[in-house]
Amino acid sequence: MDDLLTLAFLTALLAAAIPAGTAILYACLGELLCERAGVLNLGVEGMMLVGALGGFAASQWSGSVWVGAGAALLVGGLLAAIHALLTVGLRANQVVSGLALTLFGAGLSAFLGQGLVGQPVVAAFRDVPVPVLADLPFLGRILFRQDALVYLSYGLVPLLGWFVFRTRPGLRLRAVGERPEAADAMGVGVARLRAGYVVAGGALAGLGGAAISLGTNPGWTENMTAGRGWIAVALVIFAGWDPRRAALGAYLFGGVEAAQFRLQDAGVGIPSFFLAMLPYLFTILVLVLATRERTRRRFGAPAALGRPYLREERG
Amino acid sequence: MAPSRAAAATVPLVSLALALAFGGLLILAAGENPLAVYRAMLAGALGDANGLAETLVKTTPLLLAGLGVAVAFRMRLWNIGAEGQLYLGAIAAAGTALFVLPGAPALVLVPAMIVAGLLGGAAWGLIPGALRAFLGANEIITSLMLNYVAILFAEWLVHGPWRDPQAFGFPGTPTFPAAAWLPRWGTTRVHLGLLFGLIAALLLWGVLRRTRWGYQIAVIGESPRAAHYAGLPTKRTILTVMAVSGALAGLAGMSEVAGIGHQLQRSFSPGYGYTAIIVAWVGRLHPLGIVVVAFGLAALLVGGDQIQLSMGLPAAIGPMLQGVILFFLLGGDALARYRLAWGPPRARPAAAATSPVPEARSPIASGGEGAGG
Repeated sequence: MDDLLTLAFLTALLAAAIPAGTAILYACLGELLCERAGVLNLGVEGMMLVGALGGFAASQWSGSVWVGAGAALLVGGLLAAIHALLTVGLRANQVVSGLALTLFGAGLSAFLGQGLVGQPVVAAFRDVPVPVLADLPFLGRILFRQDALVYLSYGLVPLLGWFVFRTRPGLRLRAVGERPEAADAMGVGVARLRAGYVVAGGALAGLGGAAISLGTNPGWTENMTAGRGWIAVALVIFAGWDPRRAALGAYLFGGVEAAQFRLQDAGVGIPSFFLAMLPYLFTILVLVLATRERTRRRFGAPAALGRPYLREERG
Repeated sequence: MAPSRAAAATVPLVSLALALAFGGLLILAAGENPLAVYRAMLAGALGDANGLAETLVKTTPLLLAGLGVAVAFRMRLWNIGAEGQLYLGAIAAAGTALFVLPGAPALVLVPAMIVAGLLGGAAWGLIPGALRAFLGANEIITSLMLNYVAILFAEWLVHGPWRDPQAFGFPGTPTFPAAAWLPRWGTTRVHLGLLFGLIAALLLWGVLRRTRWGYQIAVIGESPRAAHYAGLPTKRTILTVMAVSGALAGLAGMSEVAGIGHQLQRSFSPGYGYTAIIVAWVGRLHPLGIVVVAFGLAALLVGGDQIQLSMGLPAAIGPMLQGVILFFLLGGDALARYRLAWGPPRARPAAAATSPVPEARSPIASGGEGAGG
């Protein structure tokens, strides 16, 4: 057990936590945008799965991971468009539509992906050390010897934080999630904006899937996201609908996931099945804590989250 | 929210037809002939006695777990943990058969396993129930996370302490004593569990219509605030509903291991707990509707298995089509609320004031208010 606490072990653990967390981070940022606009989408797991499959298939076909990443954005967004049509367009029940999306995405990806199971991987994102920064002690190994999708997420988090809280479109986004009536009166197209953010959120969830199938676990297997989409949904609550806190949470989860494998390798006397439960149990714990904090301080949740907007009933 | 009676009857049928047409396009996109695939599925699931029997076999867990999901959904309590609750029911029943009462006669052992299955599922359902009632934690996430925990727990049991030392290959517990096997119908695999499901559906139908508990579920589901002001015991109802919901799923798990596998195996459920969500919603959360839909979706699963055998197509076609059906039903229901009007827009008639009311509370942010408060 002694070697668990060395600096080398800690560095390796954190370096593994970042890419493991990145897949969850993209999905979480997507869901965050969608919920900020007032729409709950429980289909993240399904969108990640089709994104993982679409990304892998396109990269196999083209030989380029970037074509794969683009395809993942596209198919994630397409799947989310169904949710937008049903919940924003037709005002169907958001919970059930999201569940349907997850079940459909799982079934569709299993159906279409059958032929890709076990195929030799043509291309995957490789770790690219950043010149100079990669040689920093400790931090260099953790932060700057990662793949391109990880670096992209480093930029996306502050960008979205700035966008949501500091820009005019960000203000409109928050307005349709908090007070759609007021936004409508201001001349903001509530339905169009909501639909747009649902689709954008789906695209990011798809990219999150590709971060797995082209990044951490290159290849395709049925249900390979293993609940990470749901963890992303829970993390949005933990994050208090703030992109920067979402990054913190996602890396925390990446850490739990990475620790699970490392403890196993280190020969800790706990059966691997129990270690594998850790991320799921941790999600429950985090959710309970976040809920307590939220009820105490009343921070975060967009006021109109989950509520369809009916213009005719604007009061 | 209430569509006309005619719409209530035609929407599911039209939705189903459109869903099959859309699914056909996906099958076409995968390079297959949809008509041939559908014909093979239908023939495989319902075309002969063997297929029909297998459809009834799969109807059993879908019916029981679907009823469980429906009880919770009626209260807008989104229990999507039926899969885990089903596993816990199976684990409890298996433990009873193998370790608690291994030598007991069937008349003792089977009822004991039923009770164990019910209790196992109920206990697993009570965890998200209690977290929701007392701490306000969102039950969608907690119940789902517990699915993974339950499956991993079962895997540990069949790989570790409960593993059959004589077995090779697929990990599982030793076979249960014969007294634990549910009686089967003739030479088919249709077993007593189907009767459990039908009895449970009738019981639930009566209970939801006739009892105070059923009424409370309806009121809290429709309007948590009204229920609060009326002094209904919201927290207690959350707990009892989650317990009953989990117990029904647990019974599904018990009947699977006692009626089909006769042992606890790794991944004995191909996601019945998830399909049960579709069963419950497409069955309109109505116990008798759920009986019909459980049979229909079971046929879809068996049809999918059949074309995997006969045409070499992935069996995932079944779950995929189920998702499509749910989409089209959701869309159809939403459209049925609208009335088409020809001509220029006019002043809305007074009756339109009863048009859809936005849901009062947001499902994910239910911590401080809603059914938790």
